[in-house]
Amino acid sequence: MELDHIDRRLLNLVQSEFPICLEPYRVLAERLGISEQEVLDRLEHLMKQDIIRRLGGVFDSRKLGYKGTLCAIKVPPDRIEEVAAVVNSYIGITHNYLRDHEYNMWFTVLAQSPAKVEQILAEIKQATGIEDIINLPSKRFFKVLVNFDVEDNRD
Amino acid sequence: MELSDLDKQIVKELQSGLPLVKRPFAVLARRLGISEEELFQRVQALQQAGIMRRIGAALRHHKVGFTANAMIVWQVPEEKIEEVGQMFSQLPEVTHCYQREELPHWPFNFYTMVHGRNRETCEQIAARLSQLAGISNYRLLYSVAELKKSSMKYFMD
Repeated sequence: MELDHIDRRLLNLVQSEFPICLEPYRVLAERLGISEQEVLDRLEHLMKQDIIRRLGGVFDSRKLGYKGTLCAIKVPPDRIEEVAAVVNSYIGITHNYLRDHEYNMWFTVLAQSPAKVEQILAEIKQATGIEDIINLPSKRFFKVLVNFDVEDNRD
Repeated sequence: MELSDLDKQIVKELQSGLPLVKRPFAVLARRLGISEEELFQRVQALQQAGIMRRIGAALRHHKVGFTANAMIVWQVPEEKIEEVGQMFSQLPEVTHCYQREELPHWPFNFYTMVHGRNRETCEQIAARLSQLAGISNYRLLYSVAELKKSSMKYFMD
């Protein structure tokens, strides 16, 4: 899908400067110089195209009482799909990437306690028969930024 | 700030998405059986307490041209963690930056995520970070496939 310059400005605004007020789409419309209905139509279209994955509240997991960790597991190449199905079945496992390393499957776990994380890992080991999982809890957090500048990005 | 049951209900509603209508909070308030005004006050309180960082859109990066992501794992001496953390987190190319526990057979204790349009860009960024920080033991682990990427759903289990 071809994004025009209004789409791109809209995407930048809704990523980082979404107005928290009773009529947020009207405020966005004023900033873009288009109608409120056009903002709603464009957002709906961007969601249908799956360019916007979600528009909603972004929370600080630590302040909600959740613990986060990064884990990696060594999966034989012919078992990727099967093991991914097990790993991905957990709500608290939100990101899972295949990476070019002998530890080839990397996933994040969020749970309400370290014990709950251990329980999830034990279940994965049992379901897959793979024992080699490394668990790398965060000790200190410096930065998470998930916005991408989508303007001037036509290559 | 202690979260009430109502706050948890509000988190569940807001994480599932803000309705695309003129008065989105009115729709959520109706679902929760409270007034738009009461909901909005709670939302502001959650934001002021830093529990809700913002309301915002999450994009599918692949669809907007950011194709390569590399996790760079670093071995940083304990006494340099603070300095390196501050330095790396100020750089726009670095989207995630964490100190993590290390393991006997996995000595890397510092993690940065970088996104670039291709692998060469990621390599250049890594080389620049290495030079800036004076840390030479690092590895780039490129994503080969995205197996799952979702937003966390809190208070669902």
